[in-house]
Amino acid sequence: MKELLEALREASRQAIDEAVDMDSLEALRIRYLGKKGELTALLKQMGRLSAEERPVIGQLANQIRTELENELDSRKAALAARMQELKLQSETLDVTMPGKEVKIGVRHPMYQVLDKLKEIFIGMGFAVVEDREVELAEYNFDKLNEAPNHPAREWTDTFYFTEDSSILLRTQTSPMQIHVMEKQKPSIRIIAPGRVYRKDEVDATHSPMFHQVEGMAIDKGVTMADLKGTLNEVARQLYGPDTVTRFRPHHFPFTEPSCEMDIQCYRCRGKGCPTCKGEGWIELLGAGMVHPKVLSGCGIDPEVYSGWAFGFGLERLALAYFKISDLRLIFENDVRFLEQF
Amino acid sequence: MDLSRRWLSEFVDTADIDDKTFCDELTLSGSKVETMRRGDTEIKNVVVGRILEMTRHENSDHLWVCQIDVGGEAPTQIVTGAQNQQVGDFVPVALPGAVLPGDKHIEAGKLRGVESYGMCCSWQELGMTERDWPHNPENGLFILNHDPDLTAAGLVPGADVTKVLHLDDTVVEFEITPNRPDCLSVIGLAREVSATFGRELHLHTPDVRAKAGGDIRHYARIDIADPALCPRYTGRLVKNVKIAPSPLWMRERLRAGGVRPINNIVDITNYVMLEYGQPMHAFDFSCVDGGHIIVRTARPGESIQTLDGKDHALTDRMLCICDEEKPVCVAGVMGGANSEIVGDTAMVLFESANFEGTSVRRTAMALGMRTDASSRYEKGLDPQNTIKAVQRACELVELLGAGEVVEGVIDVLPAPLKETTLPLEPEKVNALLGTDVSEAEMRRILLSLGFTLDGNMIRVPSWRADVEANCDIAEEVARFFGYNNIPTTLLRGDTTSGGYTDAQKAELALGEVCRSLGYDEIISYSFISPADYDRVRMPADDKRRDSLRILNPLGEDRSIMRTSILPSMMDILSRNYNYRNASVRLYEIGKIYLKRPDGLADEPKVLSLGAYGGGMDFFTLKGAAETLLDSMRIPQVRFTACRGNAAYHPGRCAEVWSGETRLGVLGQLHPQTAANYGMDCEVYCAELDFEAMIALRGETPIYVPLPRFPAITRDLALVCDNAVTVGELIECIRSAGAEALKGVKFFDVYTGPGIPAGKKSVAFSLTLRSDDATLTDDHAEEAVALVLKALKEKLGAVIR
Repeated sequence: MKELLEALREASRQAIDEAVDMDSLEALRIRYLGKKGELTALLKQMGRLSAEERPVIGQLANQIRTELENELDSRKAALAARMQELKLQSETLDVTMPGKEVKIGVRHPMYQVLDKLKEIFIGMGFAVVEDREVELAEYNFDKLNEAPNHPAREWTDTFYFTEDSSILLRTQTSPMQIHVMEKQKPSIRIIAPGRVYRKDEVDATHSPMFHQVEGMAIDKGVTMADLKGTLNEVARQLYGPDTVTRFRPHHFPFTEPSCEMDIQCYRCRGKGCPTCKGEGWIELLGAGMVHPKVLSGCGIDPEVYSGWAFGFGLERLALAYFKISDLRLIFENDVRFLEQF
Repeated sequence: MDLSRRWLSEFVDTADIDDKTFCDELTLSGSKVETMRRGDTEIKNVVVGRILEMTRHENSDHLWVCQIDVGGEAPTQIVTGAQNQQVGDFVPVALPGAVLPGDKHIEAGKLRGVESYGMCCSWQELGMTERDWPHNPENGLFILNHDPDLTAAGLVPGADVTKVLHLDDTVVEFEITPNRPDCLSVIGLAREVSATFGRELHLHTPDVRAKAGGDIRHYARIDIADPALCPRYTGRLVKNVKIAPSPLWMRERLRAGGVRPINNIVDITNYVMLEYGQPMHAFDFSCVDGGHIIVRTARPGESIQTLDGKDHALTDRMLCICDEEKPVCVAGVMGGANSEIVGDTAMVLFESANFEGTSVRRTAMALGMRTDASSRYEKGLDPQNTIKAVQRACELVELLGAGEVVEGVIDVLPAPLKETTLPLEPEKVNALLGTDVSEAEMRRILLSLGFTLDGNMIRVPSWRADVEANCDIAEEVARFFGYNNIPTTLLRGDTTSGGYTDAQKAELALGEVCRSLGYDEIISYSFISPADYDRVRMPADDKRRDSLRILNPLGEDRSIMRTSILPSMMDILSRNYNYRNASVRLYEIGKIYLKRPDGLADEPKVLSLGAYGGGMDFFTLKGAAETLLDSMRIPQVRFTACRGNAAYHPGRCAEVWSGETRLGVLGQLHPQTAANYGMDCEVYCAELDFEAMIALRGETPIYVPLPRFPAITRDLALVCDNAVTVGELIECIRSAGAEALKGVKFFDVYTGPGIPAGKKSVAFSLTLRSDDATLTDDHAEEAVALVLKALKEKLGAVIR
């Protein structure tokens, strides 16, 4: 009996070792451990054994069953691992092949720059304002202290809808200052981007339609020092913390004192190069303290309140930001251009 | 305004300040430097040479071989083809290694076998014109000793020509803002220089001896008929005029100022204009009929030939200087040929007048001739300047020996001039600037600029019409305190909330969805051509054709404000098509401009989508629109077939609705529309009313509990008439009254074998679920039966 058991142990071990797949392994389990299996068959003959032999053989048989079960399990695990490995191998991809394209569209590069600016000002508590483009001359010129005979009013410079020059396409975003001041009492902090129109033929630096961004802050005790501080902060956020700026006197009818702000040329750091036309500085924007006539014209007492305003051309900023050489590209909307950004 | 530093040095000494510092500091005090140039940078190694000997070239009948003293021990041999030189003449000699204007390099070489060690130069080769050297009118070499001023100065062989010809000067070009016409003059800029560098300003009072005696009133009369356009007219007379070239120093300064020298009298008027900023004119007085100057607007039919030889018809809006018969000058713009200073002019009337700026600007513009004079007048000049200028002109006449000045000045001043006074308020100035500038410093700055102070009363000088309030005083203080010395502070005071409005946020979010769908953003022009409405096949009686029209457009193509976004999108699509971009998806959130009774416009925004290529079809576009509307949680979205929009394909166009609100239209464009834009492919567009979408956008969603019981799906294949739409079928299924029906999903439509002609098979997947319990098959069948009943009764659709 014992010999038979030992023989079964040997035979089954070998068979399990040689099994190459799950099916043959299952067949072996049935063959040896099943209800009609060889081990069961042997155990049925236990009755013939003596009382002394029975527990010894019984123990051996149980030991063989446990051994077989363990061997079957471990063989099964080994086979499973091997099969998974084979499957993984067969599934190997050339991962250098290109991915499937999911095209997403692009924000127009100029509006990307505008978004940046708006975020900077929003962070300083400014609201974003929009308003009409078909505008009254009263708002575009008169209330901005532009003289009745100011050259910008000429029909050679401004697009008009009425013979009496009273309705026009706004030539600047500054009329939005007036709309805000008429509707809202200080304190006021706004940024007002938008389309503006001037009678310029299309070329590399001109377009009859372009964009400006206007900003204004009005409150008690607002000073030119505040204007400088705010614009310096904007320049640093836009062009980096090392940005150097300077302020030059200038002239605008609706601000006094007026200034222009330059940034030190980002390419040559002020030494002079083709980008800054040798000057070392690049003009960024015009600004100034809101003219008392403009304030009082909007019902704000200049003896109580003061404020500053600035404005600049968005196209020029975007062109410089992305080093775009020709303004026409902005309005051509060639997807080969747009999709670079 | 171009400023010669040598000329400037007559008024303020800045010799010790280098060019860069000079330019930088003036820029920062408000006189912005545009460019700076030196006259001697383009000419190198050109010296004065004296011709010692001339012999004919052995191999040429026109070349000369010259031995020239250029200051060395031995003469230099140079071959020249010029014929106007003689032995003993002084000429400019470009030595080997010399550079001439235009980056022309001169080296030694052989001309027809004879060695030549350099080149003798003409004035052209030195970059100058005949006008600069009136004593050397002929072509050929520049014979330096023909110019009396050069001879008088002493010509020495070997001397650097740039020094001899006084080219070693710096000319600085300033951008002068329109509020500062006083700075369009050497004296005006000298005042700024003096204040900027704290240097003394030396002004000169002209001294006229008027040796000719007599009195101008015996010869001339001046009347101003239109004092609004001519606040002041000052005249002075010169007789025994001797027209000649002006001296070298004057010609040099005119050239530095960008003015061509002509003759002594004309040059004097231009010299005074540059120096004082007061344009002047000189009339040949013998051509002024009746000796009577009348300043009036032109009469109907009058015309004038100006000094440039052009004939102009004049209108009654143009101010002219006339005699008793005719206009002799367009006021402030240009003189008439009929009274031009010519070689035999014997008597000259100098005009030094003040004209109203706008009138001069409009006249100059109408005549198409913006001149040095008109560009000064148009900004509004100092009426106090006319006397000083005419005196200076007469002083120069005497200095140059150009004639004899007649005693007396005629100065017509119809209305007294006003003076501006302001209180000095240092606290207010500091409050506006955010500075702490002392009153003493403010006073010093104002005095240095020519303001006067009576206690606390500031008297504004006549040339500073731009200063009229405290804020203007603040700017003067700031300019010389230094804009860059003003501290930098951040805004204080009440904090404002700021940020985007809800609508602005929704617009930004909508753009993001468009981009996530693969659409690129565009920016198109707001104005279009009236013909664009034809191109998009807008019906002739469509109200949208009534657009705001620009009365002075750049051209017909950009003459009206768009009432439809479609032409703009088509314009950009067709441009991309022409660039052979194969697959294009574009979006824009742009305004349209709708006429209002008050003449202004309603300016609603429209979302447009446009696409072609890359497998684009109707349902891809519709899917994009559905996603966009869904992202904004627009309720009750539905699409209806639209056959009536001529821009679109009649069978592939849908109107988009939210409930009863029309949101817009989308579909494939009519092939003829595409063809009108030169596009031979399927083009798809959507035009959606952005304002309506914003108004209808859904609220923040409220959580709905997830279903607790499983759902059952049932697929239905229906057969119905071709004319029945999927939309109708879905609506019918939904409204059949089956409570358990939670969803209907279309998944297929089929016509062909197995389906009778005129019919189609449409397949749906129904989702059925009960909220209270697991749905039984029986209940599911009940729901399906209800649906099938409704389909059969309402639409004749039966299960396949």
